[in-house]
Amino acid sequence: MSYTLSVNGRFHDVDEDGETPLLWVLRDSLSLTGTKYGCGAAQCGACTVHLDGRPARSCSIAVRAAVSAQIVTIEGMDGAEAVALRDAWVKHDVPQCGFCQSGQIMSAIALLRNIKQPTDQDIDLAMSGNLCRCATYTRIRAAIHDAAAKLGTST
Amino acid sequence: MIGGALVVGYAATNPMQAIGAILQGGGDDPEPSAFGPFIRITDDGWVTIVNKQQELGQGIHAGLAAIVAEELDADWNKVRVVDARSNFRAYGVQMTAGSNSIASNWDLMRNAGAAARTMFVEAAAARWGMQSSGVVVRDGVLSHPGSNRTATFAELLADASRQTPPQTPVLKRRQDYRLVGTDRVRRKDSLAKSTGTQIYTQDIQRPDLLVAMVAHSPRFGGKLLRFDASDALKVKGVSHVFAIETGVAVLAETTFAAKRGRDALRIEWDDNEAEMRSSPDLVAYFHDIAAGRTDVEPGSFQSTGQSPEAPFDGDVVEFAFDFPYLAHAPMETLDCVAKVDGWDVAITSGAHLATVDQVQAALTARTVPGRVDIEVIPAGGSFGRRGAMSSDYLVECVRIAKRVEGRSVKLIWSREDDMRSGYFRPMSHHRVWVQVGSDGFPERWRFHSVCQNLLPLAPNFTATEGIADSPNLSTAATVDGKIFTPAFPVIVGFWRSVGNSHTAMVMEHVVDQLARRAGKDPVSYRRFLYQKAGDTRRLAVLDELCARAGWDTPLEAGWARGLAIHQAFGTIVGQVAEVRLLDGRPIVRRVVAVVDCGIAVAPDQIAAQIEGSIGFGLSAALYGAVTLKEGLVQETNFDRYPVLRMNEMPAVETYIVASDNKPTGMGEPGVAPIAPAVANAILALSGTPTQRLPLLNSAMNAGFSIGS
Ligand code: FES
Ligand code: FES
Repeated sequence: MSYTLSVNGRFHDVDEDGETPLLWVLRDSLSLTGTKYGCGAAQCGACTVHLDGRPARSCSIAVRAAVSAQIVTIEGMDGAEAVALRDAWVKHDVPQCGFCQSGQIMSAIALLRNIKQPTDQDIDLAMSGNLCRCATYTRIRAAIHDAAAKLGTST
Repeated sequence: MIGGALVVGYAATNPMQAIGAILQGGGDDPEPSAFGPFIRITDDGWVTIVNKQQELGQGIHAGLAAIVAEELDADWNKVRVVDARSNFRAYGVQMTAGSNSIASNWDLMRNAGAAARTMFVEAAAARWGMQSSGVVVRDGVLSHPGSNRTATFAELLADASRQTPPQTPVLKRRQDYRLVGTDRVRRKDSLAKSTGTQIYTQDIQRPDLLVAMVAHSPRFGGKLLRFDASDALKVKGVSHVFAIETGVAVLAETTFAAKRGRDALRIEWDDNEAEMRSSPDLVAYFHDIAAGRTDVEPGSFQSTGQSPEAPFDGDVVEFAFDFPYLAHAPMETLDCVAKVDGWDVAITSGAHLATVDQVQAALTARTVPGRVDIEVIPAGGSFGRRGAMSSDYLVECVRIAKRVEGRSVKLIWSREDDMRSGYFRPMSHHRVWVQVGSDGFPERWRFHSVCQNLLPLAPNFTATEGIADSPNLSTAATVDGKIFTPAFPVIVGFWRSVGNSHTAMVMEHVVDQLARRAGKDPVSYRRFLYQKAGDTRRLAVLDELCARAGWDTPLEAGWARGLAIHQAFGTIVGQVAEVRLLDGRPIVRRVVAVVDCGIAVAPDQIAAQIEGSIGFGLSAALYGAVTLKEGLVQETNFDRYPVLRMNEMPAVETYIVASDNKPTGMGEPGVAPIAPAVANAILALSGTPTQRLPLLNSAMNAGFSIGS
């Protein structure tokens, strides 16, 4: 079946079984491989994308359920929060293996768009759906605070 | 090699065959450079350093490059790192294991950098008509202070390339280091890994590529009896279904089609030789083994003093520990891309042991290692899983690729495949007896350890590493260490920190219990043991740890500190955990770590490894267990195999002890001390010793009791 998806501000026609998880459509059909497969069961957050601005687990959303949404992946991220977080991630050398980090950043962007100066507890709530097997959590936390501080002073 | 469906076919690989084959293999240096295989310099002044080890998160690319750049006096901001392809002739053995990448390449990398530097110095001296001793190099610029002459690497490149590389270049003195040991040594891959642009094996796409998934036996040792592919072949996009040694492979145009095809298979497995037991059965079996009630004969891993086997008398204390199987669960599940074309095999993978993988691929494809090219790319974690000596997942991919010659095959394992595949940290049981003297210190130690062997042909030394060399044994007149090695089909493997992942808990938690019995502070108790052993390094770590953790200052009510120190891969790591119990659950808020790893090459990456190791070790201590029910793995995804999350991660402080010793390992040693540090804090809080891991939430903890 053919579906039209809005991904990173562009429309794409894809020919898929409607049950195909959005994750595999993004990766295999649209070659947007920044979004990762980690568990396929909404357990790890490696596949996090934004659906209408909210973080969502693309492994657990059927493509037919995503047709009316604005989908944004790590490749399509821009805006002040995205830039500040990316810079902070690099400054703190957050990634180790890096495999979870697209998902981490997608969740962190959503957090900073909602809460300008998150507390540690806000970070726990927003980020605990994103596993990092390398346990880079202390640096993720520091980088989010750092990015928030940068955004706070630049506005 | 333990029998079982997952290993059938490569069990025949013996080490001599492997070594013989590899020696004939290996092509020429893929990009010949005047400065040797590890350094390429271009006329834009950039220095490219070839990373012969595998980057799996530990930051090795930066550490090795910094060593080269230090000796070369390159401008670190104009250094890039590329990963080496598998190439025995150019790079020597490529194996990333045992936390030894810095240690084993320290001299090689220093010499490579120093040789290239000498070539530039000679070129500058010749051009300027002076003695080379007057030439200074700094940040990629050569100069002669007396005459104000300067030239960059780029300007001297052609001349330097014509110099003969010195055989034994002069190395820098440690006090002259400007990069190694500073926080300027930073990762080179953070931007790619923060923008989704780092390519992993999972991300490889090619026009001719088929995605493969394999249905494996759900039980260890199970074999394929028969299968019906008719429904699988009806799935749109599925192109091939066939049996291979490890199960039934389904090939399709997309990952999801391959998965659907596999789900549609109807398979019967032959479980005649399969492992059918459940975890409580295995625990009971291990207890029987330790008690000498089975036909598993012990070997001796340590026997010191007069008549170590004589019965103990007087004040004898007994301890028992049970540890479960653990899965590595790297975020990127196992995967591999391979293409077979006649004699040639082209592989792209996060290959951990490229040299071994090359040989295994050659044996599988019936070619020679020199015709196997592995493009080694970063892996989304491994923790030892990709370092299986059988190269199981890579061999599986080559087998499939050989069946569809001329096409690229990307093998993807689902999380469930990955979790069920074994190569687990082995479960183990340790029974320990200590005869305590009137001063409260051990006079005699006895160990009965039960653990499967990781290496089929070698003695089972990894099961007890960290016990025999422990200074905790220093006051004892005799030590009687027995290791029992049962063999059965569950596949075990190397898991970050290997045997230390359980022996550190045994040695360090027992010591706290002995100190408590003796009415002594665990720190002064350890200090006495270390002094007796003459272990000055450990004493220094202990002192630094106490100072940094504020060991002598009280905590708020309800909180306690636990301390553990363990040596692994040459590195000593001490940790103090601050813990409280909330409804019986340990909450760890802060961990202070002190490290003696010899010369610290990349301090920020050492801190990163300590942070990551604590999170990894704490996951295992709190939750980690793979259990079997009638032979079936029960924990196949993160819902039942919880991994530490953001809200559970303690604050971590890392302090490095200054040292002039050669660098030692950093990827693994930080994992070992966290479980005993937490257990020791719980002991201080509640008086209750920990006898098994994980502390929480496991089928391991149901259905049996210690002492049964
Ligand atoms: S892959 Fe979607 S949450 Fe893990
Ligand atoms: S950086 Fe490896 S899983 Fe997060």
